Amino acid sequence: MYDLLIAPFADFGFMRRALAGVMSLSLGAGAVGVFLMLRRMSLVGDAMAHAILPGAAVGYLVAGLSLGWMTVGGLVAGMAVALLSGLVARTTVLKEDASLAAFYLLSLAGGVTLVSLKGSNVDLLHVLFGSVLALDDPTLFLLAGTATASMLALALLYRPLVLECVDPGYLRSVSDGSGAIAHLGFLALVVMNLVAGFHALGTLLAVGLMMLPAIAARFWTDHVGGMIGWATGFGLLSGTAGVLVSFHVGLPTGPTVILCAGAVYAFSILFGAHGGLVIRALPRRHLEA
Amino acid sequence: MSRAAASPVRLENVTLGYERRPAVHHLSGVIPAGSLTAVVGPNGAGKSTLLKGIAGAIAPLEGRIETTTRVAWLPQAADVDRTFPLSVFDLVSMGLWRRHGLFGGLGRKDRDAVSEAIAAVGMTGFGDRAIGTLSGGQMQRVLFARLLLQDASVILLDEPLTAIDAKTAADLLDLVRRWHAEERTVVAVLHDLDLVRGMFPHTLLIAREAVAWGETRDVLTPENLLRARRMAEAHAPDAAACSRAA
Repeated sequence: MYDLLIAPFADFGFMRRALAGVMSLSLGAGAVGVFLMLRRMSLVGDAMAHAILPGAAVGYLVAGLSLGWMTVGGLVAGMAVALLSGLVARTTVLKEDASLAAFYLLSLAGGVTLVSLKGSNVDLLHVLFGSVLALDDPTLFLLAGTATASMLALALLYRPLVLECVDPGYLRSVSDGSGAIAHLGFLALVVMNLVAGFHALGTLLAVGLMMLPAIAARFWTDHVGGMIGWATGFGLLSGTAGVLVSFHVGLPTGPTVILCAGAVYAFSILFGAHGGLVIRALPRRHLEA
Repeated sequence: MSRAAASPVRLENVTLGYERRPAVHHLSGVIPAGSLTAVVGPNGAGKSTLLKGIAGAIAPLEGRIETTTRVAWLPQAADVDRTFPLSVFDLVSMGLWRRHGLFGGLGRKDRDAVSEAIAAVGMTGFGDRAIGTLSGGQMQRVLFARLLLQDASVILLDEPLTAIDAKTAADLLDLVRRWHAEERTVVAVLHDLDLVRGMFPHTLLIAREAVAWGETRDVLTPENLLRARRMAEAHAPDAAACSRAA
């Protein structure tokens, strides 16, 4: 047992760093993922993850594999795509999903082109799939800082965000503007968490640790607050399990973490207490009232 | 008491509409404080649009709507996302928004107030239920509970009794009577003329413009009702810009 669960972390510094990294990501991204799912924006996370790429690529062209430049570039690109697609949706006939699709596809193509202008395939792989086993101190601080900021911001935004989801008309009638603040603040959180995730898991997989635990959490409770708890827990569980499995079996770590989250999701679909397949199929007598 | 305080809602030559087409045309008048007014008229007469305008959800195309106090508005089809995992208690507590805003916590007194509001609409025991599990009538009761907590002095109800059974309608009307007794100003869009005659002292009969506005028995005459029906049916697909003096 000790050999399986503790020894890898006790013996290897890079394993401890990887664990700290994925745990930070789970703490920040779980709650964000729950709100994305409840707002029927599950795929928006994916699109935004692609949108970050050109910004990170510009940062990379300017300064190589530099944490600061790639982070700032990613944030700027992500927010730009979010705001521009929102603007196009509000001022033209296009709906938000269509304009977002257009922007993120352009973003992705532009990003890959930019990276290949200068870098090698190794660099491209780093950007696309991350390097969770090679997290240095500044990157860890960035991940932990993002998780902290994200949790604090969500605590402040929680009420208007919930109300914006449930009854936007009412929110507008009692408070001008806080709906917009909640929406924009929330988009900023999505981008922030994706940028942090991209250092560890790459742009393509970053969204996995955000959405899969959140989607799995839907099967375990009927309350938003509880769902955030479950999602965060599932994130921590799949992060830890993924790092360990990849160590013992010799698989690439990032994808293994996401596959573990996928296993949690599969388990939840089957055995989830709220709407899981098994509980629905059980021949249970209906209640008296 | 100043005149402004005596009429919390004043309409001056108000035209409300969409894409330049008027749904409410050149309407002027005041809604006296503490009055109980029914808004009656055929479908498409501009009743909902008028309430939206008073609530501030749309701006007039012309004229002015003056409200001197807080207005609570229950839209016809409140766009509540019933699939969102929220409890009845939490939805009702949103009525306290004014008092707590973005960040204020709910104290013991507030929780009691929420429970009282839930009890007042006959939904005791439903506090922990998810809003997705409620029937249409139960949802309407819950929205009334939220209105109770909003504690506004002007309350706008847009067809609050549509698709509601007799028992629920009677309970909700009791709340309207209670608001009236508390000297709140209530404006309700209704289709049941017998109910309006029996309970609402004032009526606005509207068919894109005011047909009659005043004491209910003077407004709901057969002649006025017939006129309202004819006016609502008038339709001009290629109307020119309105030239009526402001």
